[in-house]
Amino acid sequence: MKLDCKHVWEHISEYIDKTVDANLREDIERHLEHCEICSAILDSTRNILVLTADDRTFELPVGYSKRLHERLAKELESSEKDPKKE
Amino acid sequence: MRMTETNEAGLIARILDGEKDLFHELIRPYERMVYLTLFSILKNEADAEDGAQEAMINAYRHLASFRGEAKFSTWLTTIAINEGRKRLRKAKTAAEESIEEEAEGHEGDYTPAPLTDWREIPLEALERKEIREALRGAVAELPDIYRQVFTLRDLEELNVEETAQALGINANVVKVRLHRARILLQKRLVPFLRTTAPPRRWFFGRA
Repeated sequence: MKLDCKHVWEHISEYIDKTVDANLREDIERHLEHCEICSAILDSTRNILVLTADDRTFELPVGYSKRLHERLAKELESSEKDPKKE
Repeated sequence: MRMTETNEAGLIARILDGEKDLFHELIRPYERMVYLTLFSILKNEADAEDGAQEAMINAYRHLASFRGEAKFSTWLTTIAINEGRKRLRKAKTAAEESIEEEAEGHEGDYTPAPLTDWREIPLEALERKEIREALRGAVAELPDIYRQVFTLRDLEELNVEETAQALGINANVVKVRLHRARILLQKRLVPFLRTTAPPRRWFFGRA
């Protein structure tokens, strides 16, 4: 089946996640071979995901972990009952 | 790196048996995940941190109710989401909430931004701080229902089923929201990259 660009865009997310079925995958790949626009859209979307997974993009507040464990330590200390018996 | 489920089950059993301090160890791999989940709901660092602490304490208090039907990470994410929603309800008026509920049915434009010069963007451009800032901004501006799915799937790397379970929605809804979130981000970021990237050869293409 010959796909148009719009059809490829509709499946771009599933294509990235490799959840499109084999036939559709082949059709999309054939389309991408000759379509610069769709290839660029695919690459740009993938790069956004690469950036998203980069720990430097979404950073934790400085000292977050330390404060979290201090608070937990207090909670653990103050809870006389262990969690099972609550 | 995450612990294996067997290790976790062992740790949980020991905590429930009285070795309370092991709870620190149990949650250490999930600190980031819990914070980011709260941040995706509350969109504010201080609130997200408070919420994350509260969620971890809730997890400790209810640890005995974790039965191992779900993965511990999914169970913990669910607690984090509930904590975030509770805080949001407190902060929001009922009117605002009903607008948010309508967002799903809204007919938006979910077609990506076509571009032909993306390939001119060098890999180094992705290393630039401004681009990460732009992405943070674009994620913050996503409609809530899309941002939450995007955070769980693409930031915390939960799978579709885990995301569906944590948010209490079905897998197809996860896929639709994720697709829309990614397209909205692509649209937002493309112009930014195009205007700031130097005209260099870009080689971070498809494998």
